[in-house]
Amino acid sequence: MSTTLVKNSALRSALRPTAPTAAKRAALTLTATRGKATLPDLPYDYGALEPAISGKIMELHHSKHHNTYVTSYNAASEKMAEAVQKGDITAQIATQPLINFHGGGHTNHTLFWENLAPKSSGGGEPPSGPLGQSIDKHFGSLDAMKENFNAALAGIQGSGWAWLVQDNQTGALQIKTYANQDPVVGQFHPVLGIDAWEHAYYLQYENRKAEYFKNIWDVINWKAADKRFK
Amino acid sequence: MSMTLLKTGALRSALRASAPTASKRAALTLTTTRGKATLPDLPYDYAALEPTINGKIMELHHSKHHQTYVTSYNTASDKMQEALHNGDVQTQIATLPLLNFHGGGHTNHSLFWENLAPKNQGGGEPPSGALAKSIDDHFGSLEKMKEKFNTALAGIQGSGWAWLVQDSQTGALQIKTYANQDPVVGQFHPVLGIDAWEHAYYLQYENRKAEYFKNIWEVINWKAADKRFT
Repeated sequence: MSTTLVKNSALRSALRPTAPTAAKRAALTLTATRGKATLPDLPYDYGALEPAISGKIMELHHSKHHNTYVTSYNAASEKMAEAVQKGDITAQIATQPLINFHGGGHTNHTLFWENLAPKSSGGGEPPSGPLGQSIDKHFGSLDAMKENFNAALAGIQGSGWAWLVQDNQTGALQIKTYANQDPVVGQFHPVLGIDAWEHAYYLQYENRKAEYFKNIWDVINWKAADKRFK
Repeated sequence: MSMTLLKTGALRSALRASAPTASKRAALTLTTTRGKATLPDLPYDYAALEPTINGKIMELHHSKHHQTYVTSYNTASDKMQEALHNGDVQTQIATLPLLNFHGGGHTNHSLFWENLAPKNQGGGEPPSGALAKSIDDHFGSLEKMKEKFNTALAGIQGSGWAWLVQDSQTGALQIKTYANQDPVVGQFHPVLGIDAWEHAYYLQYENRKAEYFKNIWEVINWKAADKRFT
């Protein structure tokens, strides 16, 4: 079932005739206004990643799931700000898991939309330059890296993400899995992520998650990953 | 969409002729043969829980998801036996999470199928007797207990289950959530569980999980819960 579900907005109209420039891409990252999170627009239509990911999934994933993380993060953020202002430590600590989960969800999905692209915008085109070289150095080849990545995805027990991450100290690449919506923070920064939550694929792939993990590489936007690699 | 997907088997034919007796229900619990887990038959057709849970979900959930836990548990169990035989402590420890996850998945789903029933087999009929009294004592009423239960379900961050559990020391009832496939063990034993993993509802309810949590009470088999209450 092919659906063309157009997400209308001024930003998307500006982006549609040409591939997004670096500046426009940067504008899409983790938008926040006076501390408030906002749902970023996708740089492509909901149906643009078919047949790898269906338009129905993209619509629900972006306009419902991601939007809920945004809304819930804003509620948690207000709660935390109030608790900090009052010096209420118990309330601060009780609010931490909500910030982690919803803030992590917002962060992760924002990065995810950026590291996906339709084939017509370079989705699936292999990395080149320093990142391509570093992948070969660390994993032997791009295909070997993908094998390791997909094995990591398959091994997630519950909900979570697999990320190609870069060690901030050594610059080395590594594949790591993160549970639930835990974001990539601290010693590592994110280069490329794939959502392994069931909502990311179930309507199309049902229980056949290995098929989803295999197909999603067709729409991976390595150009975004290149920009994150230092 | 209503589908009648018959799961045939000698056991199921026998059960179909009459409502399951206590001994037949006991036979469905966590079947194993010489240490091997086996997938229990459902005591009802895949479509029997409609419109609450559709037949497609029940078929995938039982014949794919639960089956995979059974198969993977048996593999992990073999691996553990071998590691124990070899005195290989590292492999034993590395295998523990697989036993927890897949063994927990098998345990949880076996209990789940038992505490669901079609309306014509008592699904949705409120508890009576000792359990009902205890619910009223602890929560005030059945409705209040359901409210708390659904709040717990809604609060799960990632994949997991909510259970009405009984404290093995005091006999007191409590609602607890368990992450991923962690089973109810130790101080508490399970009385009634509801699966909050996305695969349990997504094909039918999509992101509208609160609707699933509200509706599933229509097919809860309180008779099974009564038997677990000590």
